[in-house]
Parts: sequence; structure tokens; C-alpha cells
Amino acid sequence: MPASLAPAHNTGNPIAVEMRGLNKWYGEFHVLRDINLTVRKGERLVICGPSGSGKSTMIRCINRLEEHQTGTLMVDGIELTNDVRNIDAIRREVGMVFQQFNLFPHLTVLENLTLAPIWVRKVPKKEAEEAAMYYLERVKIPEQAAKYPGQLSGGQQQRVAIARSLCMKPKIMLFDEPTSALDPEMIKEVLDVMVELAREGMTMLCVTHEMGFAREVADAIIFMDRGEIVESAPPSTFFANPRTDRLKLFLSQILRGH
Amino acid sequence: MATAPRSARRPPGAGVKLSFNDPVVRAIFWQIVIVGAVGLVVWWLVGNTVRNLEARRIASGFDYFWREAGLPIGEAMIEYQPSDNYFRALVVGVLNTLRIAVVSIVLATILGTLIGVARLSRNWLVAKLASVYVETLRNLPLLLQLLFWYSVLQSLPPPREALNPLPHVYLFVRGLQMPWPQWTPELGTVLAVMGIGIVASFLVRGWAKRRQMLTGEQFPIGWTAVGLVVALPLAVFVMQGANLPLDVPTLGRFNITGGILITPEFTALLIGLVTYTAAFIAEIVRSGIQAVSHGQTEAAAALGLKRGQALRLVILPQALRVIIPPMTSQYLNVTKNSSLAVAIGYPDIVSIANTILNQTGQAIEGIGTIMAVYLTVSLSISAFMNWYNRRIALRER
Repeated sequence: MPASLAPAHNTGNPIAVEMRGLNKWYGEFHVLRDINLTVRKGERLVICGPSGSGKSTMIRCINRLEEHQTGTLMVDGIELTNDVRNIDAIRREVGMVFQQFNLFPHLTVLENLTLAPIWVRKVPKKEAEEAAMYYLERVKIPEQAAKYPGQLSGGQQQRVAIARSLCMKPKIMLFDEPTSALDPEMIKEVLDVMVELAREGMTMLCVTHEMGFAREVADAIIFMDRGEIVESAPPSTFFANPRTDRLKLFLSQILRGH
Repeated sequence: MATAPRSARRPPGAGVKLSFNDPVVRAIFWQIVIVGAVGLVVWWLVGNTVRNLEARRIASGFDYFWREAGLPIGEAMIEYQPSDNYFRALVVGVLNTLRIAVVSIVLATILGTLIGVARLSRNWLVAKLASVYVETLRNLPLLLQLLFWYSVLQSLPPPREALNPLPHVYLFVRGLQMPWPQWTPELGTVLAVMGIGIVASFLVRGWAKRRQMLTGEQFPIGWTAVGLVVALPLAVFVMQGANLPLDVPTLGRFNITGGILITPEFTALLIGLVTYTAAFIAEIVRSGIQAVSHGQTEAAAALGLKRGQALRLVILPQALRVIIPPMTSQYLNVTKNSSLAVAIGYPDIVSIANTILNQTGQAIEGIGTIMAVYLTVSLSISAFMNWYNRRIALRER
């Protein structure tokens, strides 16, 4: 299975996301400490670590849901500053999937998918709906198009959320613990969609504890603890030869019972 | 099958037995008892009233409506003299009630929304000031607040020493007197153009929406509307020579004449109702916005929607569902609370009907009139708000 995924790291692909000396504080609390990270186009990165380690905060900086205080952050060749135009430009190219799905409850599934293309990309309604149906088919729930999010199961909602992001034709996808709020039997249907996306060469940054998924698709896994990147390695060495005690402890906790 | 008798549904013999333990029998029995009791009370009340009215030789009926009122009214929106009949006096009262209710509802909604949003502000001082406002205003009795505002306005100087904050604007014990445009055909044209502009804005909005759905192109509807409703009438006004004759107040020996006078009674009632109701509306708006989870804002932002678009397309449609029903109650409250006008002498329907009641002695008709007016106004507001609520209601599932 991993053989079908061409490794995208250390190739000459252009850089999608680059963080240099990134720092962030919540008041006195230092959430992100001197983060350096380079993600190339087509690369799939899995980020894990104990809760409160700053992994969600880090990927939320990429589309400016969180603001970093020092250091530089380049996304798709654009530097994230306080310039609203840059933020808008980056958000158009970066899709995000949340732990809590965050679908719009007052709109049907189809309207959830077409809202941003119509208002942000200025696509005609008919065209937006055709694209939406295409992506709904890809996440295997075209028959739910006319329903409201409240009528769907958690797994279906998360697949709609992924389709909603894809409708904006993003260059980079961020996943913030996409399966943590799901019942066990629904995790697989969401991961299947994500694996397929990875196979098509989407640049992905996933915060997840699904180590099976990480092993299958990741080019590199990052382990974060207390706001810093402790280790970064391809899956093979990451699991087989953890260098630090912190990662050894974390793996022993997370892989127990697997 | 459709022709089968209803009784065929019951097992044979079961329908014949009448037992008080059967819930259906019990329900029918109690309904008969209650209807009978209510009927008895009504019969007694009506009989009692009719006998007493006859004993005291009080006329009944609404014939007095057409007799001369002989009743001076402080302010009226239509022509009114004491020689007019009681009916016209009542109409003056209804219009005064509607005036204070409509103006209060509009202003309280604006002020309340601002304060509600301010309470959610990230600025510590702004948020705290808004909290203090809400907690103070909504925890003091409205009657007390009205008396306070009225006594403040009563402490203004007499006409000869009137405050003159702006040229031709006088603030004194009888109210605020200021210039007012005189009616001219040119003014009529400008207002007509403005009316056409409003209608045209709605038509443009519909066209722009259809076009966006077809081609994806967006149209600056807001600016177009400003142009049609403000700029166009202004251009017409200037083209006609910008001629706006004003009726300017002049200071006399004992009084100030000309212009328009806003009485202290109206002002005190307006300030009291608006500030008091705004405190409640602020809480409604705050809770409505907070009821929409932060994740919605984040999802909209992550999709690239601008703040204004996120608010209009995602946050407000969800917040309004929570806001509208309690807002209806507040609008009804403002209307009914306006009857406290009687305490500070603003001639609303209660104040006028009450005076008429004292003059004619026809209490039942008088109170009946007041009740009919409030019921009509309140049910109209309710009907409108329920219609609006249904329109924006969430279908969700």
C-alpha cells in the first residue's frame, strides 16, 4: 500500500508551508517554541503529541485562526502578516477540517458545499452545485445532498466537511483531529476518504492519533511536546527507533492495546 | 371499508357500558362542568352590571363617542380642538400611543443591539460599561425611571431663559423647540424620488441575486441603495435650487413660537422606555450571538468568507432564530409599558380614555376601548413577528 505513494519530501517540489522560528504565547503560557518546519507540495505530514502540546495551535496558525507573535510563516509563497488581503488569499488556498465538523446547521448539505464557492470564488450557482455533487460522490454520500447536517451521522458530517473544503479546490488541507469526535465504527469511513485524498497527491497536514493512518500515508511524522517539535521522522524510523524518552513514553501510551 | 360504521371498531358490547373510570367519559363530564361554571359566572356578572347601571341611571353604549369632548389635549398628531367629539379625542390618544411605541421600538432595538454587542467586546472597559448599564437599568422599576427623567426635564429654565445650544434651537421647561422644514412642492418631489429609490433598491437587489446565481458575478448592492435612496434625492434637491424654507422658532416674551416642539412628557417617556427596554434587548442580542458556536465563525473564516459575509450568511441567520421570539415579547412590553405615560401626563390612549371615563362615567365602555386598542396593537405586532420568525426559522431537520 505505501508503495503507491511516492515520497514527496526531500524532492525538488516547491515549498507549500514554511515556518521559521515561530513563537506564540497565550499570556504567560508559551504555546509554540521556536518552530521550524518545511512542508513541500504533495507532502503528507502527520502531527502527534500529548494534549496541550501545541499541535492544533500550530496548524491553526497556517490559516490564521491563530496569530503567531514572532518568526515568519510562508504559505504557498505568501507571507502571513497582518495584511488582510494576504490572509484572505491564503484562506482561499488552504482547506481545513475540524474535530467538531462545524457544518452550517441552517443550510442543507448542498448549500454548505456551495456557499464559499459562490461567495468567495464567484462561481455561478449551477456550476457550484455540479462541483458539489462531484465531491459528494467522492466522499460517497451524494444521496444526502438535500438533507440538513443535523440529520446525518457523525461520520457522514465529517465527510461532508471534507467535501466542503475540497469544493474550494484548495492546494493544502489541514486536518485538526478529524476523527476524535467520532464513534469507532465511523472512523474508518473518514480515514478512507483521507487516504484517497493523500493518494491523489494533496498536500496534507493532519493532527491525529490514528497511527495506522500515519503509517499508511505519512511522508513524515512530527512529535510535539510542550510547544516544541521534539522529533520528526519518516514512519518507519519514527515507530521503530524513537530517539527521545518523551516519544518512547508517548508511543507506549498511545499504542497500548493496538 | 369506508362505509363501515365507526362503532365497528370497538369490540362488541364495549361501547354500551358508560363508566366514570373511562377517561373519555371523565373528560366529557369535566368539560360540561367547566362550561357550566363559566356560563354561570358570566350570567351573574352581566346581570349584576346591568342592574347596577340601571339603579345609578348610567347610560350604556357608545353613543357618547359623538358628543363634544371639551377636553384639552397637550399634543396631537392630527388637528384637534376641545370642541371635537370624544371619538376624535380617542383617535388622538391611539395615535400618540402608536407614536411613542413605534419610535421606542426602533430606538430601543438600535441601542440594545449596540449595547449587546458592546458586552461581548474584547475591550475590558467597553464590556464592563455595557454590563453596568444593563444591570442598573433593568433592575430599577420603569415607573421610577420615568419619574426621574421627567423631573430632570422639569428642572429646565422658563422660556425667557431658554438654553440655546444651537442657533434657533431652544431647550426649556416646555420642551425642545427647533426649526422644521415648511411643506413645498419641491420637498414633495424630493420625498417622492426617495420613495422611488427605496422601491428601485429592492428591485436591484432581486436582479443582482439572480445574476449572481447565474454568472457568479457580485454586485455592490449596499452602495447602489445608498445612491438611490440618499444621493439621488439630494441631487434632485440641489437641482431644484436647494430651496428649503424653514419654520424657525422665535423667542417671545412669555413663550417661544414656530418650528416644532418636542414636549418633555414625550421626551421623558421616550428616554425612559428606550433605555429600559434596550437593557433587555441587549441581553437578548448577546445571548443570541453567543448561542452560535465559535466553530461556525472559524469554519466560515477557513473557507475564505470575509467577516461581513460570515456574519450575514452564517452567524446572523442562526442568531436571529434565537433572538426573534424574545424580541417579540420586548416589543409587546414596550407597547404596553407606554401606558405608564399616565404618570407623567403624556396624552396616550390610557390617559385620554381615563379622563373621558371620569367625565362620562361610562367605565365599562372606557376600559373596553383601552383593552380593544392594546389587544389590536399587540396582536398585530405578534402576528408580524411570528410571520418574520417563520420566515427565518431554521429547518435543520
